Amino acid sequence: MHTKTLTELKAGLANRDFSSRELTEHFLARIQQYDGDLNSFVTVTDTQALAQADAADAAIAAGKAGLLTGLPIAHKDIFCTEGVRTSCGSKMLDNFIAPYTATVVEKMAAEGAVMLGKTNMDEFAMGSSNETSYYGPVKNPWDLERVPGGSSGGAAACLGARLAPGATGTDTGGSIRQPAALNNITGLKPTYGRVSRWGMIAFASSLDQAGPMAQSAEDCALMLQAMAGHDHRDSTSLNEKVGDYLGALKDDISGLTIGIPEEFFPDTLDGAIADNSRDAIRELEKLGAKVVSVSLPSIKLSVPAYYVIAPAEASANLSRFDGVRFGHRCDDPQDLEDLYKRSRSEGFGDEVKRRILVGAYALSAGYYDAYYRRAQQVRRLIRDDFARAFEKVDVLMGPTAPETAFKLGAKKDDPVSMYMADVFTIGVNLAGLPALSMPTGFINGLPTGTQIIGNYFREGQILNVAHKYQQATDWHKQAPAFGGAQ
Amino acid sequence: MSWEVVIGLEVHVQLNTASKLFSGSKLSTGAEPNTQASLVDLGLPGTLPVVNREAVRKAALFGLAINADICRHSVFERKNYFYPDLPKGYQTTQLAEPIVGAGVVEIQLESGEKKNVRIHHAHLEEDAGKSLHEDFHGMTGIDLNRAGTPLIEVVSEPDMANAEEAVTFARKLHAIVTSIGICDGDMSQGNMRFDVNISVRKPGEPLGTRTETKNLNSFRFMEKAIALEVERQIDVLEDGGEIVQETRLYNGDTHTARSMRSKEDANDYRYFPCPDLLPVAITDADIEELKAAMPELPDSRKARFINDYQLSEYDADLLSGSIATAAFFEAAAKAGGDAKLAANWVMGELAAKLNAEEKDIAGSPVSAEQLGQLIARLKDGTISSKIAKQVFEACWAGEGNPDDIIEAKGLKQMSDTGELEKIVDDIIANNAAQVDDYRNSDDAKKKKKIGFFVGQAMKATQGKANPQQLNKLLQEKLQ
Repeated sequence: MHTKTLTELKAGLANRDFSSRELTEHFLARIQQYDGDLNSFVTVTDTQALAQADAADAAIAAGKAGLLTGLPIAHKDIFCTEGVRTSCGSKMLDNFIAPYTATVVEKMAAEGAVMLGKTNMDEFAMGSSNETSYYGPVKNPWDLERVPGGSSGGAAACLGARLAPGATGTDTGGSIRQPAALNNITGLKPTYGRVSRWGMIAFASSLDQAGPMAQSAEDCALMLQAMAGHDHRDSTSLNEKVGDYLGALKDDISGLTIGIPEEFFPDTLDGAIADNSRDAIRELEKLGAKVVSVSLPSIKLSVPAYYVIAPAEASANLSRFDGVRFGHRCDDPQDLEDLYKRSRSEGFGDEVKRRILVGAYALSAGYYDAYYRRAQQVRRLIRDDFARAFEKVDVLMGPTAPETAFKLGAKKDDPVSMYMADVFTIGVNLAGLPALSMPTGFINGLPTGTQIIGNYFREGQILNVAHKYQQATDWHKQAPAFGGAQ
Repeated sequence: MSWEVVIGLEVHVQLNTASKLFSGSKLSTGAEPNTQASLVDLGLPGTLPVVNREAVRKAALFGLAINADICRHSVFERKNYFYPDLPKGYQTTQLAEPIVGAGVVEIQLESGEKKNVRIHHAHLEEDAGKSLHEDFHGMTGIDLNRAGTPLIEVVSEPDMANAEEAVTFARKLHAIVTSIGICDGDMSQGNMRFDVNISVRKPGEPLGTRTETKNLNSFRFMEKAIALEVERQIDVLEDGGEIVQETRLYNGDTHTARSMRSKEDANDYRYFPCPDLLPVAITDADIEELKAAMPELPDSRKARFINDYQLSEYDADLLSGSIATAAFFEAAAKAGGDAKLAANWVMGELAAKLNAEEKDIAGSPVSAEQLGQLIARLKDGTISSKIAKQVFEACWAGEGNPDDIIEAKGLKQMSDTGELEKIVDDIIANNAAQVDDYRNSDDAKKKKKIGFFVGQAMKATQGKANPQQLNKLLQEKLQ
């Protein structure tokens, strides 16, 4: 059962080939058996999962199945889930049991999804290797000595190893797409504002966006259909009609214009990565797409702009973790200042502290104009670049990540090289556009992915393009040897 | 050479919306700690703010009331600092693009002189919670009921030259915000709080270093705190010292102030636009709608009082200054059928009594309707003004409506001429010496000497004789 896609499992449940309980028990057993090596889950919620599975079976029996009824889903541990620990990968929230549930989780539960548990992640979503988690690094199922990418590393790894058929992720600078590429799965970052941020612990509020991760574009369409929508509790959630993502999969892509930003294929890029993405684009040409070259001149500034804006927002977002109301509190504080200093020093890891410091610095009197304001100006330039490109093309394509999964610890002491892992994904967050990463082959036995970027609210079109590619190829069906995933 | 005082005010006005600025929690005073604090107010991870349109509307209404520009896209920013009763570690406020731009408030001083105080801007922001330092055995309790309460902070230009001007301006602001119904104006509940920036200089010199005295919550304390600080600054400078830029705290109980923090300790608040909130859009249509719904402002109310009730400018100013006083006056005038009498009673007897017992007009034991009834009886001659005061006292003491009191105590004026005539005849018959004395006096002396007979008659009637009738009768009979 675990090799099947969500779409296939949904059909199997409808056809009564198996029950949701059987399905859920199967995945829980796999997590039990293999996650010790992978470390992709922080919390497994077996009891609740089985109760939800039984309710799903009853709903199916009663002919009242929703979009996701009975399908096991793993939620990134950044989403608040009532009564269940929500750690955000941090010691700071190791003791935090959320008193409410995130909109994304709520909407998927309303469509009948079964929650398997909460997946491991970089601490507060800050990282590209899942090595900053308080709960230890997640391993890549394709090579246990390598990282799964991050920050949604647990989600990507558990999908790659087929410990879950679908997972939620969040993407601030590439945190869905980069791990998707490194684990041979499909992941979509929707348009900023398409999916509610209520209940999703904030890293960088103007960039954070939740999205689906699964084996195929078709599965992502199914999940997004349940996740998307306006939420009055999130002021940045957009009141735009939710598309028919599943319906859009059938659209013909002949005549589609694909733009290739030259900046996504710099001379310094690993030739194998470049070739891999060019091959994927050629495959779409065979399906009738046209290819043109475009330029996004300001995109080279996206990494520096991002590493001002994201830490600046994070420095304020993380101020609420002060040891006063929830989360980690140091033992025996001597006074208020001691309480703050020790609670935060003990509760946060190095990367989080680094970003808080960078962000606070960028916002300081005398530096604001040089850093924060300048970064916002760059952000506008990047947005304008994309807008100009989309006057000529339907989608933009290029590699998702500049390299395949690297060895655990390889970049631990080199934050800048780590930050470059998101060089191709960050611009999309700064512009607020939707983008998907899909598996497009292997380099030295390690998966690699290609990114499809669409215009605002064109998730349907991106999923359509990826789905057509996946109908013509089988890269996305490849699974690692680990854990009998094949 | 004398000193010139320069004063600017920052006024926090608590808006009387149904819910908080960014959450659906109710605004409430006196609720059990932390019972009016939602997930958002507690700053729980993953929660997000949604701006309260009613607060935006009320802030814009204030802007229109002071003829200010309304910003069509005002921006909320985060002001970052750590404090236990600030749950998110930042206050959501406005800085670069506040909702209300420059405006002006006209004040009238006791001398009759009018003056304009310019408003630099007014912005919307959320209040913090409260730290409770008692009852926790060396620890501090946090109550977040107040956290997220909507405030507008009104920032004036340094246009005031003394305590009278500052207090008059503060009262005028109070009159405006209560008149347009955006603030309950209850000073004892902290509905309005004043920060006063003060500096002194020699005439013609540039502005001196200023200090800020924070969180004054009554007009009286404000007046006293300004006097104290002005005196302190002048003393320091005349002794050859320098004024340190600092924040000061005034203690009204001891009439002393102390330094709270100096400029060097000032936080770098690292303001930046709040990414969780979109700019607050206000359209031309919104503005037109607000203008159409603008309640009567104190200045136009004053003009109306002069025009409709023929009040003097001074009386009209006093009575229109507070919406509660104005409403009380108008209700009493209507019920009593005499505006001038109502004005005199509200500003005289009632004000004195309220003042003596430190009561608000809203909490007056004598209602406007009761005062009106009293005035009506005074006007129709049922009681004399002397008796009216007695009735007022009884009414204040809760003995019932004026009519009931007059009836129960038999305070009706003696208007039956026959009865009064008999009493006057008796007095004249029993006081032959005084009658002779009176009759032998010239007119000027007669005017004085008639007082004796009036007194006797009042004594005999227990004050119920109608003074006019009595006078007339006495003059006739003593001819």
